[in-house]
Amino acid sequence: MKKGNAAQLAAGTYTAVKVPFKQRVVKDFQRNWTLYLMILPILIYYAIFKFGPLFGVSIAFMDYKPARGFLGSKFVGLKHFKNFFTDFYFLRLLKNTIRISVFDLLTFPAPIMLALLINELKHKTYSRVVQTVTYMPHFISTVVICGMIRKLTGSSGGITMILSNLFGIRQEAMLNNVNNFLPIYIISEIWQSIGWNSIIYLSALAGIDQELYDAARVDGAGRLKQVLYITIPCLMPTITILLILKMGKIFNVGYEKIMLLYNPMIYEKADVINTFVYRKGLLDAQYSYSAAVGLFNCAVSYTLVTATNKISKRVNGNGLW
Amino acid sequence: MRKNKTGSTIKEGMAGRIFDVCNVLFLFLLMILILIPLLHVVSASFSSPSAYVRHEGILLKPIKFCLDAYKAVARNKNILTGYTNTIFIVVVGTSLNLIMTLIAAYVLSRKNVLWSNAIMMMLVFSMYFSGGMIPFYLVVKGVGLNNSIWSLIIPGLVNTYNLIITRTAFAGVPESMEESAKLDGANHWTILWKIMFPLVKPTVAVICLYYAVSHWNSWFNAMLFIRDRSDYPLQLILREILIQNDTTSMTAGGAGDEYLISETIQYATIVVATLPILAVYPFIQKYFVKGVMIGAIKG
Repeated sequence: MKKGNAAQLAAGTYTAVKVPFKQRVVKDFQRNWTLYLMILPILIYYAIFKFGPLFGVSIAFMDYKPARGFLGSKFVGLKHFKNFFTDFYFLRLLKNTIRISVFDLLTFPAPIMLALLINELKHKTYSRVVQTVTYMPHFISTVVICGMIRKLTGSSGGITMILSNLFGIRQEAMLNNVNNFLPIYIISEIWQSIGWNSIIYLSALAGIDQELYDAARVDGAGRLKQVLYITIPCLMPTITILLILKMGKIFNVGYEKIMLLYNPMIYEKADVINTFVYRKGLLDAQYSYSAAVGLFNCAVSYTLVTATNKISKRVNGNGLW
Repeated sequence: MRKNKTGSTIKEGMAGRIFDVCNVLFLFLLMILILIPLLHVVSASFSSPSAYVRHEGILLKPIKFCLDAYKAVARNKNILTGYTNTIFIVVVGTSLNLIMTLIAAYVLSRKNVLWSNAIMMMLVFSMYFSGGMIPFYLVVKGVGLNNSIWSLIIPGLVNTYNLIITRTAFAGVPESMEESAKLDGANHWTILWKIMFPLVKPTVAVICLYYAVSHWNSWFNAMLFIRDRSDYPLQLILREILIQNDTTSMTAGGAGDEYLISETIQYATIVVATLPILAVYPFIQKYFVKGVMIGAIKG
C-alpha cells in the first residue's frame, strides 16, 4: 500500500514537472536499453511470422503471381470473394463446416458430465485410475489416431466387423460411405478428448468452497440437489468461457484431422472451408483465391466469438473480455 | 414427523448407494471403451500376419504371437530417420522456444519499462488475428525456410499463450529479489537466468511440455514445407504408412505375404511411434494437469 502511494507520488511529480515525451523516451532507453536489446530478436520474429502473414492477407484483393512478386501484382478488389460466393462448392463447404462444428459443439457437455461423475467417486485411487486412463488418448498424435480409425473402420477392420454382425452393414471401408464420416469424426473426437477436457472442470470443482456443501446438507439437501444447486452454478463461469472459446473454433473445425480422414469419395459431406483452402491454395497454387476464402473464414470466426461473448455477458455476466 | 424425516434419509442413502455403484460401473465401462482400441492395436501388432487376416472383430490378445511386423519395422530406415529428425526438432525446437519465451516474458514483466505495455498489446493482437494458411505459407517460403528442417522450428518460435503464462509467473516473483541482485551489480541477463529462472521452474516445466508435445505431434507444416524425404519428421512418415497405406518400403523383398504382413506392420508402427509417449505420460501427467489449471486461472 505504502509502496503504491510512493509510486503514485512519483508519477504525480513526473506529470507536474511535465517531462516532454521525447525526453522520457531517451531516458527510458538509457535506462532499459539492455532489455530492449534482449527482446529485439523476438520482436523481429513477431514482425516476420505473425504480422507478415497479416499484411500478406492483402493478396486476397490482388491477382498474386509469385513471379511478379507482392508489389507487382494487380489489384482486383473483391473479385476473389465474389468468385467464392458464387463458387459451385460454396454452399457445400458452408453446410459441411457448420454441420461438423454444430455436432462437435453438441459434445460439449460430455466432459462436464465426466467431471461430475469423477467428482462423485468416493474411492480416491479409483478416481485417479479413471483420470489416468481417460486422459491417455490425448497423448496419441493426430496422425496415429486417424491411422487407427482407418484401420478399425476399414473393410476388414474390427469395428466394421462388429457392426456388420450386429446390424448387417456391408463389409466395406466405412470411410468410403458419405454418411459415415460425421459419426466417425464425432465419436473419435469424444474418445480422444473427453478425459482431457474434463480436467479443467475437475480443477474448478476442486475449487468450490466445501462449506457450501455443509450448509446445504444441514438444510437437508440430498446429493442430487447439491449438484443441481451448488456444483453446477459454481461451474457456470468456467463453462461459459470454454463455450465462447469453442465458438471461436467453429469455423476452424479440426481440419488437420479431416484431411487425414477424408477422401474424394466423401468430399460431399467431409470437405470444409479450411481443407478447401489447402487444396486450392497449396495444391492448385491459386494463392489469392484461397487467401480470400481463408480471410472470409477468419472474419466469420471473429464475429462468432464477439457475438457469443456479448450474449453471454448479457445473459449471465461472464465474458472473455 | 421425525419418523418421516429419518425414513427419507434412509431412502436417500439407498438411492445414493445405488448411484455410487452405477457410477463406478459406468466409469469402468468408459475405461474399457477407451482401452479396447489400444489393446486391439497392440494385440494385432504382435499377431502372426496370416492369423490376423483370417480373424474377425476386435482382438484382446495376440493370436499366434509373432514378431515379424516389428522385425519389418526395425528394418525400415524411414522410421529411424523420422525418429532422429523428430528428436532433433523436439530438443532444439523446444530449447529455442523456452529461451525466447523466457527472455520475452522477463522483459515484458519488468516494471518501469516505457514500451512494455504497448509491445504486449501488439503480441496479444497477433494471437487473435492471423493471416491464415496461405499468407503464412508464402511468408515462410519468402524468407527462404522452404525445404529446411528449420521451417518446423523458426516459424513457431514463440507461442503467445505460453508467453502470457510465463510473464504472469515472473510478475509473481517478489521485486526484492531483483533489487538485491541489482545492488550486487548483476545485469538483466544474469538476473533472468540465475535468479528468476529457478524461481519459475514449475511454470517452465509446464510450457516446456506444451512446446515439446506440439513439436512431436506436428505434421501439417512438415507436409507444407519439407520436400526431402531425409528431412521428414516421424509424423510425416507415419502418415505415409498409416494414411496413404504405403508399406512398400518395409515389405519389399518378401514373397506373396506382402499384403498379409502390411496389415500387422501398420499396427506395429503405431505401437513404436506411440509407446515412448504413453510410457512417460503417467510420470509427467501432473505437470500437464497443472498446465491446464494455470491456463484456467488466466482465462
